[in-house]
Amino acid sequence: MLLEIDNITLLYGRIQALHGISMQVEQGEIVALIGANGAGKSTTMRAISGLRPIASGRIMFEGEDISNVRADLRVIRGISQSPEGRGVFPGMTVRENLDMGAYTRKDSAAIAQDLDRVMDLFPRLKERERQQGGTLSGGEQQMLAVGRALMSRPKLLLLDEPSMGLAPMLIQQIFTIITEINQQGTTVLVVEQNAQQALSRAHRAYVLETGNIVKSGTGPDLLHDPAVKAAYLGVA
Amino acid sequence: MNFDDLFRGFEELTITGLAQGSVYALVALGYTLVYGVLRLINFAHSEVFMFGTFAAVWIWGVMGFDADSSRPAVWLALLLILVAMVFAALVSGGVAMLVEVSAYRPLRKRNAPPLAFLITAIGASFVLLEFMALPFMSDRRQIGMPPMLPTAPIISVGGWEVNPLQLMTIVVALVMMFSLDWFVNKTKFGRGIRAVAQDANTAALMGVNKSRVILLVFLLGGLMAGVAAVLASMRTGYTRFNIGFFLGIKAFSAAVLGGIGNLRGALLGGLLLGLIENYGAALFGTEWKDAISFLVLVALLMFRPTGLLGESLGRARA
Ligand SMILES: Nc1ncnc2c1ncn2[C@@H]1O[C@H](COP(=O)(O)OP(=O)(O)OP(=O)(O)O)[C@@H](O)[C@H]1O
Ligand SMILES: [Mg+2]
Repeated sequence: MLLEIDNITLLYGRIQALHGISMQVEQGEIVALIGANGAGKSTTMRAISGLRPIASGRIMFEGEDISNVRADLRVIRGISQSPEGRGVFPGMTVRENLDMGAYTRKDSAAIAQDLDRVMDLFPRLKERERQQGGTLSGGEQQMLAVGRALMSRPKLLLLDEPSMGLAPMLIQQIFTIITEINQQGTTVLVVEQNAQQALSRAHRAYVLETGNIVKSGTGPDLLHDPAVKAAYLGVA
Repeated sequence: MNFDDLFRGFEELTITGLAQGSVYALVALGYTLVYGVLRLINFAHSEVFMFGTFAAVWIWGVMGFDADSSRPAVWLALLLILVAMVFAALVSGGVAMLVEVSAYRPLRKRNAPPLAFLITAIGASFVLLEFMALPFMSDRRQIGMPPMLPTAPIISVGGWEVNPLQLMTIVVALVMMFSLDWFVNKTKFGRGIRAVAQDANTAALMGVNKSRVILLVFLLGGLMAGVAAVLASMRTGYTRFNIGFFLGIKAFSAAVLGGIGNLRGALLGGLLLGLIENYGAALFGTEWKDAISFLVLVALLMFRPTGLLGESLGRARA
Protein backbone atom coordinates (compact mmCIF):
# COMPACT_ATOMS: atom_id res chain seq x y z
CA MET A 1 0.00 0.00 0.00
CA LEU A 2 1.50 3.33 -1.03
CA LEU A 3 -0.86 5.62 0.89
CA GLU A 4 -3.13 4.61 3.71
CA ILE A 5 -5.36 7.14 5.42
CA ASP A 6 -6.76 5.85 8.64
CA ASN A 7 -9.76 7.57 10.19
CA ILE A 8 -8.44 11.15 10.02
CA THR A 9 -10.22 14.22 11.31
CA LEU A 10 -9.25 17.79 10.60
CA LEU A 11 -10.30 21.09 12.12
CA TYR A 12 -10.25 24.64 10.82
CA GLY A 13 -10.46 26.40 14.16
CA ARG A 14 -13.72 25.12 15.55
CA ILE A 15 -15.10 23.97 12.21
CA GLN A 16 -14.60 20.27 11.63
CA ALA A 17 -13.91 19.68 7.95
CA LEU A 18 -13.09 15.95 7.98
CA HIS A 19 -15.02 13.52 10.16
CA GLY A 20 -12.94 10.37 10.21
CA ILE A 21 -11.92 9.59 6.66
CA SER A 22 -10.24 6.36 5.63
CA MET A 23 -8.95 5.58 2.17
CA GLN A 24 -6.14 3.74 0.44
CA VAL A 25 -4.10 4.24 -2.68
CA GLU A 26 -2.18 1.33 -4.15
CA GLN A 27 1.08 1.66 -5.99
CA GLY A 28 0.38 2.28 -9.69
CA GLU A 29 -3.26 3.34 -9.33
CA ILE A 30 -5.20 6.37 -10.40
CA VAL A 31 -7.64 7.10 -7.61
CA ALA A 32 -10.28 9.80 -7.91
CA LEU A 33 -11.89 11.74 -5.10
CA ILE A 34 -15.18 13.34 -6.02
CA GLY A 35 -17.75 15.33 -4.10
CA ALA A 36 -19.74 18.53 -4.01
CA ASN A 37 -18.31 21.98 -3.27
CA GLY A 38 -17.18 22.19 0.32
CA ALA A 39 -17.23 18.42 0.83
CA GLY A 40 -13.63 18.42 2.02
CA LYS A 41 -11.73 17.25 -1.05
CA SER A 42 -9.08 19.95 -0.98
CA THR A 43 -8.88 19.58 2.78
CA THR A 44 -8.10 15.88 2.35
CA MET A 45 -5.35 16.79 -0.12
CA ARG A 46 -3.89 19.34 2.32
CA ALA A 47 -3.88 16.72 5.04
CA ILE A 48 -1.96 14.30 2.82
CA SER A 49 0.57 16.87 1.65
CA GLY A 50 0.97 18.22 5.16
CA LEU A 51 -0.20 21.78 4.63
CA ARG A 52 -2.76 21.26 7.39
CA PRO A 53 -2.23 19.17 10.52
CA ILE A 54 -4.76 16.44 11.24
CA ALA A 55 -6.52 16.37 14.61
CA SER A 56 -6.68 12.59 14.91
CA GLY A 57 -6.12 9.46 12.88
CA ARG A 58 -3.08 8.43 10.91
CA ILE A 59 -1.56 8.94 7.48
CA MET A 60 0.77 6.18 6.36
CA PHE A 61 3.05 6.49 3.34
CA GLU A 62 5.07 3.50 2.21
CA GLY A 63 4.29 1.87 5.52
CA GLU A 64 5.52 4.76 7.64
CA ASP A 65 3.43 7.10 9.75
CA ILE A 66 3.89 10.58 8.27
CA SER A 67 1.12 12.27 10.24
CA ASN A 68 3.59 14.56 11.99
CA VAL A 69 6.08 15.04 9.18
CA ARG A 70 6.42 18.61 7.86
CA ALA A 71 5.06 19.34 4.38
CA ASP A 72 8.48 20.07 2.86
CA LEU A 73 9.82 16.75 4.15
CA ARG A 74 6.87 14.87 2.68
CA VAL A 75 7.98 16.19 -0.71
CA ILE A 76 11.34 14.56 -0.17
CA ARG A 77 9.57 11.30 0.66
CA GLY A 78 7.83 11.43 -2.70
CA ILE A 79 4.50 13.22 -2.30
CA SER A 80 3.91 16.09 -4.68
CA GLN A 81 0.80 18.23 -4.82
CA SER A 82 -0.51 20.52 -7.47
CA PRO A 83 -2.65 22.73 -5.25
CA GLU A 84 -6.15 23.99 -5.85
CA GLY A 85 -5.98 27.41 -7.48
CA ARG A 86 -2.70 26.26 -9.06
CA GLY A 87 -0.25 28.14 -6.84
CA VAL A 88 1.96 29.25 -9.72
CA PHE A 89 4.68 31.61 -8.47
CA PRO A 90 3.61 34.81 -10.21
CA GLY A 91 7.00 36.52 -10.15
CA MET A 92 8.94 33.58 -11.53
CA THR A 93 9.28 32.57 -15.14
CA VAL A 94 7.77 29.33 -16.40
CA ARG A 95 11.24 27.82 -16.30
CA GLU A 96 11.88 28.99 -12.75
CA ASN A 97 8.53 27.60 -11.65
CA LEU A 98 9.45 24.23 -13.13
CA ASP A 99 12.85 24.40 -11.45
CA MET A 100 11.03 24.98 -8.16
CA GLY A 101 9.36 21.62 -8.72
CA ALA A 102 12.79 19.99 -8.63
CA TYR A 103 13.89 22.02 -5.60
CA THR A 104 14.64 19.00 -3.41
CA ARG A 105 16.53 17.11 -6.09
CA LYS A 106 20.23 17.10 -6.78
CA ASP A 107 20.48 14.75 -9.77
CA SER A 108 20.86 17.46 -12.40
CA ALA A 109 21.08 15.06 -15.36
CA ALA A 110 17.78 13.42 -14.44
CA ILE A 111 16.23 16.83 -13.74
CA ALA A 112 17.11 17.95 -17.26
CA GLN A 113 15.47 14.80 -18.60
CA ASP A 114 12.31 15.42 -16.62
CA LEU A 115 12.26 18.99 -17.81
CA ASP A 116 12.30 17.74 -21.38
CA ARG A 117 9.54 15.29 -20.57
CA VAL A 118 7.32 18.02 -19.10
CA MET A 119 8.02 20.25 -22.08
CA ASP A 120 7.00 17.37 -24.34
CA LEU A 121 3.80 16.82 -22.39
CA PHE A 122 3.00 20.53 -22.49
CA PRO A 123 4.54 22.09 -25.61
CA ARG A 124 2.78 25.29 -24.64
CA LEU A 125 5.07 25.65 -21.65
CA LYS A 126 8.13 25.37 -23.83
CA GLU A 127 6.96 28.26 -25.99
CA ARG A 128 6.47 30.37 -22.87
CA GLU A 129 9.58 29.36 -20.98
CA ARG A 130 10.67 32.93 -20.25
CA GLN A 131 7.25 34.35 -19.47
CA GLN A 132 6.32 35.30 -15.89
CA GLY A 133 4.00 32.79 -14.25
CA GLY A 134 1.57 35.51 -13.22
CA THR A 135 0.97 36.56 -16.82
CA LEU A 136 0.05 33.09 -18.12
CA SER A 137 -3.57 32.33 -18.97
CA GLY A 138 -5.54 30.25 -16.51
CA GLY A 139 -5.19 27.11 -18.57
CA GLU A 140 -1.47 27.65 -19.05
CA GLN A 141 -1.05 28.11 -15.31
CA GLN A 142 -2.85 24.82 -14.80
CA MET A 143 -0.45 23.06 -17.14
CA LEU A 144 2.45 24.70 -15.34
CA ALA A 145 1.16 23.56 -11.96
CA VAL A 146 0.79 19.97 -13.14
CA GLY A 147 4.14 20.02 -14.92
CA ARG A 148 5.83 21.49 -11.89
CA ALA A 149 4.36 18.81 -9.62
CA LEU A 150 5.90 16.21 -11.95
CA MET A 151 9.33 17.81 -11.67
CA SER A 152 9.83 16.37 -8.21
CA ARG A 153 9.51 12.91 -9.74
CA PRO A 154 6.91 11.97 -7.15
CA LYS A 155 5.84 8.53 -6.10
CA LEU A 156 2.44 9.94 -5.37
CA LEU A 157 1.05 12.81 -7.39
CA LEU A 158 -1.81 14.76 -5.82
CA LEU A 159 -3.84 16.78 -8.30
CA ASP A 160 -6.51 19.13 -6.97
CA GLU A 161 -8.89 19.91 -9.81
CA PRO A 162 -6.42 19.76 -12.69
CA SER A 163 -9.15 20.52 -15.21
CA MET A 164 -10.36 23.67 -13.49
CA GLY A 165 -10.79 26.52 -15.95
CA LEU A 166 -9.74 24.48 -18.97
CA ALA A 167 -11.56 24.36 -22.28
CA PRO A 168 -13.29 21.00 -22.98
CA MET A 169 -10.60 19.96 -25.40
CA LEU A 170 -7.88 20.70 -22.89
CA ILE A 171 -9.72 18.79 -20.18
CA GLN A 172 -9.62 15.75 -22.41
CA GLN A 173 -5.95 16.39 -23.01
CA ILE A 174 -5.00 16.83 -19.38
CA PHE A 175 -6.67 13.56 -18.45
CA THR A 176 -4.86 11.83 -21.27
CA ILE A 177 -1.65 13.22 -19.82
CA ILE A 178 -2.62 12.00 -16.36
CA THR A 179 -3.15 8.52 -17.77
CA GLU A 180 0.20 8.76 -19.54
CA ILE A 181 2.02 9.85 -16.41
CA ASN A 182 0.39 6.98 -14.58
CA GLN A 183 1.47 4.48 -17.19
CA GLN A 184 5.03 5.77 -16.80
CA GLY A 185 4.81 4.66 -13.17
CA THR A 186 3.46 7.53 -11.09
CA THR A 187 0.59 6.85 -8.71
CA VAL A 188 -2.08 9.54 -8.91
CA LEU A 189 -4.74 10.77 -6.52
CA VAL A 190 -6.96 13.26 -8.29
CA VAL A 191 -9.73 15.52 -7.00
CA GLU A 192 -12.23 16.50 -9.65
CA GLN A 193 -15.45 18.39 -10.20
CA ASN A 194 -15.53 16.80 -13.60
CA ALA A 195 -16.69 13.44 -12.25
CA GLN A 196 -17.40 11.98 -15.67
CA GLN A 197 -13.79 12.30 -16.79
CA ALA A 198 -12.33 11.39 -13.44
CA LEU A 199 -14.39 8.25 -13.00
CA SER A 200 -13.79 7.01 -16.51
CA ARG A 201 -10.02 7.43 -16.12
CA ALA A 202 -9.60 6.25 -12.54
CA HIS A 203 -9.06 2.70 -11.40
CA ARG A 204 -10.93 3.43 -8.20
CA ALA A 205 -12.75 6.34 -6.64
CA TYR A 206 -14.12 7.67 -3.38
CA VAL A 207 -17.13 9.91 -2.92
CA LEU A 208 -16.84 12.53 -0.22
CA GLU A 209 -19.84 14.23 1.38
CA THR A 210 -19.52 16.86 4.11
CA GLY A 211 -16.35 15.42 5.47
CA ASN A 212 -17.30 11.73 5.24
CA ILE A 213 -16.57 9.05 2.68
CA VAL A 214 -20.00 7.86 1.62
CA LYS A 215 -19.10 5.55 -1.23
CA SER A 216 -16.16 3.90 -2.89
CA GLY A 217 -15.61 1.51 -5.73
CA THR A 218 -14.00 1.05 -9.11
CA GLY A 219 -14.30 3.91 -11.57
CA PRO A 220 -16.73 2.10 -13.88
CA ASP A 221 -18.90 0.94 -10.96
CA LEU A 222 -19.37 4.46 -9.66
CA LEU A 223 -19.89 5.76 -13.14
CA HIS A 224 -22.98 3.58 -13.36
CA ASP A 225 -24.14 4.03 -9.77
CA PRO A 226 -27.57 5.70 -9.84
CA ALA A 227 -26.94 7.88 -6.78
CA VAL A 228 -23.59 9.07 -8.13
CA LYS A 229 -25.14 9.69 -11.52
CA ALA A 230 -27.86 11.82 -9.99
CA ALA A 231 -25.59 13.80 -7.69
CA TYR A 232 -22.38 14.27 -9.66
CA LEU A 233 -22.89 13.41 -13.27
CA GLY A 234 -25.90 15.59 -13.88
CA VAL A 235 -27.98 12.69 -15.16
CA ALA A 236 -31.29 11.90 -13.51
CA MET B 1 16.52 79.08 0.69
CA ASN B 2 20.15 79.22 -0.11
CA PHE B 3 20.80 78.28 -3.69
CA ASP B 4 24.33 79.62 -3.46
CA ASP B 5 25.32 76.95 -0.98
CA LEU B 6 23.71 74.28 -3.09
CA PHE B 7 25.50 75.31 -6.26
CA ARG B 8 28.84 76.04 -4.70
CA GLY B 9 28.94 72.80 -2.81
CA PHE B 10 27.16 70.71 -5.43
CA GLU B 11 29.99 68.28 -6.15
CA GLU B 12 30.82 67.70 -2.52
CA LEU B 13 27.16 67.40 -1.53
CA THR B 14 26.67 64.81 -4.24
CA ILE B 15 29.61 62.66 -3.22
CA THR B 16 28.77 62.87 0.49
CA GLY B 17 25.17 62.11 -0.31
CA LEU B 18 26.04 59.06 -2.39
CA ALA B 19 28.36 57.71 0.31
CA GLN B 20 25.78 58.24 3.04
CA GLY B 21 23.10 56.86 0.74
CA SER B 22 25.13 53.70 0.16
CA VAL B 23 25.06 53.04 3.90
CA TYR B 24 21.31 53.64 3.99
CA ALA B 25 20.87 51.27 1.08
CA LEU B 26 22.87 48.48 2.70
CA VAL B 27 20.85 48.72 5.88
CA ALA B 28 17.60 49.15 3.93
CA LEU B 29 18.19 45.75 2.34
CA GLY B 30 17.71 44.10 5.73
CA TYR B 31 14.33 45.74 6.22
CA THR B 32 13.26 44.97 2.69
CA LEU B 33 14.31 41.31 2.69
CA VAL B 34 12.50 40.53 5.92
CA TYR B 35 9.46 42.52 4.86
CA GLY B 36 9.37 40.83 1.48
CA VAL B 37 9.26 37.38 3.02
CA LEU B 38 7.40 37.92 6.29
CA ARG B 39 5.49 41.19 5.82
CA LEU B 40 7.16 42.27 9.02
CA ILE B 41 9.00 45.47 9.85
CA ASN B 42 11.95 44.22 11.83
CA PHE B 43 12.53 47.17 14.14
CA ALA B 44 15.40 45.32 15.76
CA HIS B 45 17.37 45.73 12.54
CA SER B 46 18.74 49.10 13.71
CA GLU B 47 20.29 47.26 16.67
CA VAL B 48 21.65 44.58 14.37
CA PHE B 49 23.53 47.47 12.77
CA MET B 50 24.57 48.84 16.16
CA PHE B 51 26.08 45.48 17.14
CA GLY B 52 28.12 45.63 13.95
CA THR B 53 29.72 48.92 14.99
CA PHE B 54 30.66 47.50 18.39
CA ALA B 55 32.01 44.37 16.76
CA ALA B 56 34.34 46.57 14.72
CA VAL B 57 35.53 48.52 17.77
CA TRP B 58 36.10 45.31 19.64
CA ILE B 59 38.04 43.46 16.96
CA TRP B 60 40.20 46.51 16.28
CA GLY B 61 40.81 46.81 20.02
CA VAL B 62 41.89 43.18 20.19
CA MET B 63 44.35 43.86 17.38
CA GLY B 64 45.72 46.84 19.30
CA PHE B 65 43.98 49.74 17.61
CA ASP B 66 41.80 52.23 19.45
CA ALA B 67 40.80 55.87 19.19
CA ASP B 68 44.21 57.01 20.41
CA SER B 69 46.20 54.97 17.92
CA SER B 70 47.89 56.75 15.08
CA ARG B 71 46.73 56.16 11.55
CA PRO B 72 48.13 52.85 10.22
CA ALA B 73 49.78 52.45 6.85
CA VAL B 74 47.30 52.13 4.00
CA TRP B 75 47.85 48.43 3.37
CA LEU B 76 47.42 47.71 7.06
CA ALA B 77 44.31 49.88 7.26
CA LEU B 78 42.78 47.99 4.35
CA LEU B 79 43.56 44.70 6.02
CA LEU B 80 42.11 45.90 9.34
CA ILE B 81 38.96 47.11 7.62
CA LEU B 82 38.54 43.82 5.81
CA VAL B 83 38.90 41.89 9.06
CA ALA B 84 36.44 44.21 10.78
CA MET B 85 33.93 43.90 7.95
CA VAL B 86 34.00 40.13 8.03
CA PHE B 87 33.75 40.04 11.80
CA ALA B 88 31.03 42.70 12.05
CA ALA B 89 29.05 41.00 9.28
CA LEU B 90 29.19 37.72 11.18
CA VAL B 91 28.21 39.35 14.48
CA SER B 92 25.34 41.30 12.91
CA GLY B 93 24.23 38.26 10.96
CA GLY B 94 24.32 36.23 14.15
CA VAL B 95 22.34 38.80 16.12
CA ALA B 96 19.75 39.01 13.35
CA MET B 97 19.33 35.23 13.34
CA LEU B 98 19.13 35.22 17.12
CA VAL B 99 16.28 37.74 17.02
CA GLU B 100 14.44 35.59 14.48
CA VAL B 101 14.88 32.37 16.41
CA SER B 102 14.17 33.73 19.87
CA ALA B 103 11.55 36.39 19.15
CA TYR B 104 9.71 35.85 15.87
CA ARG B 105 9.78 32.11 15.35
CA PRO B 106 7.88 31.30 18.58
CA LEU B 107 5.18 33.75 17.51
CA ARG B 108 4.86 32.10 14.11
CA LYS B 109 4.50 28.72 15.77
CA ARG B 110 1.52 30.09 17.68
CA ASN B 111 0.02 31.84 14.65
CA ALA B 112 0.23 35.19 16.39
CA PRO B 113 -1.52 38.19 14.79
CA PRO B 114 0.58 40.84 13.01
CA LEU B 115 0.27 43.26 15.91
CA ALA B 116 2.06 40.80 18.20
CA PHE B 117 4.97 40.73 15.76
CA LEU B 118 5.12 44.49 15.68
CA ILE B 119 5.25 44.84 19.45
CA THR B 120 7.78 42.03 19.66
CA ALA B 121 9.95 43.76 17.09
CA ILE B 122 10.00 46.93 19.17
CA GLY B 123 10.64 44.88 22.29
CA ALA B 124 13.53 43.01 20.69
CA SER B 125 14.99 46.32 19.64
CA PHE B 126 14.96 47.60 23.23
CA VAL B 127 16.41 44.40 24.61
CA LEU B 128 19.38 44.65 22.26
CA LEU B 129 19.77 48.35 22.96
CA GLU B 130 19.90 47.90 26.71
CA PHE B 131 22.08 44.84 26.38
CA MET B 132 24.76 47.12 24.97
CA ALA B 133 23.91 50.16 27.08
CA LEU B 134 23.70 48.68 30.58
CA PRO B 135 26.55 46.35 31.39
CA PHE B 136 29.18 47.43 28.92
CA MET B 137 29.01 51.14 29.24
CA SER B 138 27.39 52.18 32.43
CA ASP B 139 27.80 55.87 31.70
CA ARG B 140 26.44 55.35 28.18
CA ARG B 141 29.29 57.31 26.68
CA GLN B 142 30.40 57.03 23.12
CA ILE B 143 33.38 54.98 22.05
CA GLY B 144 35.81 56.40 19.52
CA MET B 145 36.91 54.52 16.43
CA PRO B 146 40.59 54.22 15.58
CA PRO B 147 41.61 56.29 12.56
CA MET B 148 41.96 54.11 9.47
CA LEU B 149 42.02 55.51 5.96
CA PRO B 150 43.84 58.68 4.95
CA THR B 151 41.49 61.62 4.52
CA ALA B 152 43.08 63.37 1.54
CA PRO B 153 41.08 63.02 -1.69
CA ILE B 154 42.04 60.01 -3.77
CA ILE B 155 40.14 61.16 -6.85
CA SER B 156 40.15 64.78 -7.87
CA VAL B 157 38.65 65.77 -11.22
CA GLY B 158 37.48 69.34 -11.66
CA GLY B 159 35.46 70.16 -8.60
CA TRP B 160 34.80 66.49 -7.87
CA GLU B 161 36.81 65.20 -4.93
CA VAL B 162 36.36 61.77 -3.47
CA ASN B 163 38.19 60.69 -0.33
CA PRO B 164 39.24 57.05 0.20
CA LEU B 165 36.47 56.28 2.68
CA GLN B 166 33.78 57.63 0.37
CA LEU B 167 35.17 55.65 -2.52
CA MET B 168 35.34 52.52 -0.42
CA THR B 169 31.83 53.02 0.92
CA ILE B 170 30.26 53.42 -2.48
CA VAL B 171 32.22 50.59 -4.10
CA VAL B 172 31.75 48.10 -1.26
CA ALA B 173 28.05 48.88 -0.97
CA LEU B 174 27.51 48.42 -4.70
CA VAL B 175 29.43 45.16 -4.76
CA MET B 176 27.49 43.81 -1.78
CA MET B 177 24.17 44.85 -3.29
CA PHE B 178 24.83 43.37 -6.69
CA SER B 179 26.02 40.14 -5.11
CA LEU B 180 22.84 39.97 -3.08
CA ASP B 181 20.73 40.69 -6.13
CA TRP B 182 22.51 37.92 -8.00
CA PHE B 183 22.10 35.52 -5.10
CA VAL B 184 18.37 36.14 -4.81
CA ASN B 185 17.64 36.07 -8.53
CA LYS B 186 20.04 33.48 -9.84
CA THR B 187 20.76 30.83 -7.25
CA LYS B 188 18.66 27.99 -5.96
CA PHE B 189 18.62 29.37 -2.42
CA GLY B 190 17.53 32.70 -3.82
CA ARG B 191 14.72 30.99 -5.68
CA GLY B 192 13.67 29.44 -2.39
CA ILE B 193 13.52 32.91 -0.83
CA ARG B 194 11.41 34.27 -3.67
CA ALA B 195 9.14 31.24 -3.51
CA VAL B 196 8.40 31.76 0.17
CA ALA B 197 7.90 35.49 -0.42
CA GLN B 198 5.43 34.86 -3.22
CA ASP B 199 3.46 31.95 -1.76
CA ALA B 200 4.66 30.25 1.41
CA ASN B 201 2.26 27.30 1.22
CA THR B 202 3.11 26.42 -2.33
CA ALA B 203 6.79 26.82 -1.49
CA ALA B 204 6.34 24.14 1.19
CA LEU B 205 4.74 21.90 -1.45
CA MET B 206 7.94 22.29 -3.47
CA GLY B 207 9.94 21.06 -0.49
CA VAL B 208 11.21 24.46 0.63
CA ASN B 209 11.93 24.61 4.35
CA LYS B 210 10.30 27.88 5.32
CA SER B 211 12.07 28.25 8.65
CA ARG B 212 15.42 27.84 7.00
CA VAL B 213 14.59 30.38 4.30
CA ILE B 214 13.51 32.89 6.92
CA LEU B 215 16.69 32.32 8.89
CA LEU B 216 18.70 32.84 5.70
CA VAL B 217 16.89 36.10 5.04
CA PHE B 218 17.75 37.42 8.50
CA LEU B 219 21.34 36.31 8.02
CA LEU B 220 21.64 38.12 4.68
CA GLY B 221 20.15 41.31 6.11
CA GLY B 222 22.52 41.07 9.06
CA LEU B 223 25.58 40.57 6.85
CA MET B 224 24.73 43.72 4.91
CA ALA B 225 24.12 45.69 8.10
CA GLY B 226 27.43 44.55 9.58
CA VAL B 227 29.40 45.78 6.59
CA ALA B 228 27.40 49.01 6.61
CA ALA B 229 28.25 49.40 10.30
CA VAL B 230 31.98 49.38 9.63
CA LEU B 231 31.67 51.88 6.79
CA ALA B 232 29.35 54.18 8.73
CA SER B 233 31.32 54.22 11.95
CA MET B 234 34.57 55.05 10.17
CA ARG B 235 32.80 58.15 8.98
CA THR B 236 31.20 59.19 12.26
CA GLY B 237 34.38 58.27 14.13
CA TYR B 238 32.57 56.82 17.12
CA THR B 239 29.76 54.52 18.13
CA ARG B 240 27.15 54.55 20.85
CA PHE B 241 24.54 52.11 22.08
CA ASN B 242 21.83 54.08 20.29
CA ILE B 243 23.75 54.76 17.08
CA GLY B 244 21.35 52.54 15.16
CA PHE B 245 18.25 54.48 16.04
CA PHE B 246 18.33 57.32 13.56
CA LEU B 247 20.15 55.37 10.94
CA GLY B 248 17.54 52.64 11.24
CA ILE B 249 14.73 55.08 10.64
CA LYS B 250 16.55 56.56 7.67
CA ALA B 251 17.29 53.17 6.16
CA PHE B 252 13.73 52.06 6.69
CA SER B 253 12.55 55.23 4.95
CA ALA B 254 14.94 54.49 2.11
CA ALA B 255 13.40 51.04 1.80
CA VAL B 256 9.91 52.53 1.70
CA LEU B 257 10.99 55.23 -0.72
CA GLY B 258 12.32 52.68 -3.20
CA GLY B 259 9.45 50.25 -2.61
CA ILE B 260 9.71 48.01 0.44
CA GLY B 261 10.19 44.37 -0.48
CA ASN B 262 12.17 45.40 -3.55
CA LEU B 263 15.94 44.87 -3.50
CA ARG B 264 16.75 47.32 -6.26
CA GLY B 265 14.31 49.73 -4.66
CA ALA B 266 16.45 49.69 -1.51
CA LEU B 267 19.47 50.72 -3.55
CA LEU B 268 17.59 53.48 -5.34
CA GLY B 269 15.84 54.67 -2.19
CA GLY B 270 19.06 54.73 -0.19
CA LEU B 271 21.04 56.72 -2.73
CA LEU B 272 18.18 59.15 -3.31
CA LEU B 273 17.66 59.70 0.38
CA GLY B 274 21.37 60.41 0.84
CA LEU B 275 21.32 62.96 -1.96
CA ILE B 276 18.05 64.62 -0.96
CA GLU B 277 19.28 65.00 2.58
CA ASN B 278 22.48 66.69 1.58
CA TYR B 279 20.99 68.96 -1.06
CA GLY B 280 18.17 69.81 1.32
CA ALA B 281 20.55 70.66 4.12
CA ALA B 282 22.44 73.03 1.85
CA LEU B 283 19.25 74.60 0.63
CA PHE B 284 17.38 75.04 3.88
CA GLY B 285 20.08 74.72 6.55
CA THR B 286 21.54 71.71 8.30
CA GLU B 287 18.90 71.73 11.02
CA TRP B 288 16.37 70.74 8.33
CA LYS B 289 18.38 67.78 7.12
CA ASP B 290 16.26 65.06 8.71
CA ALA B 291 12.94 66.80 8.23
CA ILE B 292 13.49 67.23 4.50
CA SER B 293 14.04 63.58 3.80
CA PHE B 294 10.84 62.68 5.58
CA LEU B 295 8.89 65.41 3.81
CA VAL B 296 10.04 63.99 0.51
CA LEU B 297 9.09 60.51 1.64
CA VAL B 298 5.60 61.56 2.68
CA ALA B 299 5.10 63.53 -0.52
CA LEU B 300 6.22 60.61 -2.65
CA LEU B 301 4.03 58.12 -0.85
CA MET B 302 1.01 60.28 -1.57
CA PHE B 303 1.60 59.80 -5.28
CA ARG B 304 3.17 56.35 -5.28
CA PRO B 305 1.99 54.48 -2.19
CA THR B 306 4.15 51.46 -3.01
CA GLY B 307 7.34 53.49 -3.40
CA LEU B 308 9.34 54.23 -6.52
CA LEU B 309 9.77 50.69 -7.80
CA GLY B 310 6.87 48.99 -6.00
CA GLU B 311 7.09 45.79 -4.05
CA SER B 312 8.63 42.95 -5.96
CA LEU B 313 10.14 40.18 -3.89
CA GLY B 314 6.60 39.02 -3.22
CA ARG B 315 5.12 39.62 -6.62
CA ALA B 316 6.82 40.55 -9.84
CA ARG B 317 10.52 40.13 -10.35
CA ALA B 318 12.83 40.78 -7.41
N1 LIG C 1 -8.93 27.83 5.81
C1 LIG C 1 -10.18 27.47 6.15
N2 LIG C 1 -10.76 27.97 7.27
C2 LIG C 1 -12.01 27.60 7.63
N3 LIG C 1 -12.75 26.76 6.95
C3 LIG C 1 -12.24 26.22 5.84
C4 LIG C 1 -10.92 26.54 5.39
N4 LIG C 1 -10.68 25.86 4.25
C5 LIG C 1 -11.80 25.13 4.01
N5 LIG C 1 -12.73 25.35 4.96
C6 LIG C 1 -14.04 24.71 5.04
O1 LIG C 1 -13.89 23.31 5.04
C7 LIG C 1 -14.86 22.70 4.22
C8 LIG C 1 -14.18 21.84 3.16
O2 LIG C 1 -13.48 22.70 2.27
P1 LIG C 1 -12.64 22.15 1.04
O3 LIG C 1 -11.87 23.27 0.48
O4 LIG C 1 -11.89 20.95 1.46
O5 LIG C 1 -13.81 21.74 0.04
P2 LIG C 1 -13.71 21.09 -1.40
O6 LIG C 1 -14.36 19.76 -1.32
O7 LIG C 1 -12.33 21.12 -1.91
O8 LIG C 1 -14.64 22.07 -2.22
P3 LIG C 1 -14.47 22.66 -3.71
O9 LIG C 1 -15.01 21.64 -4.64
O10 LIG C 1 -15.34 23.86 -3.71
O11 LIG C 1 -13.05 22.96 -3.94
C9 LIG C 1 -15.69 23.82 3.64
O12 LIG C 1 -16.88 23.91 4.39
C10 LIG C 1 -14.87 25.04 3.82
O13 LIG C 1 -15.67 26.18 4.04
MG1 LIG D 1 -11.40 22.14 -3.39
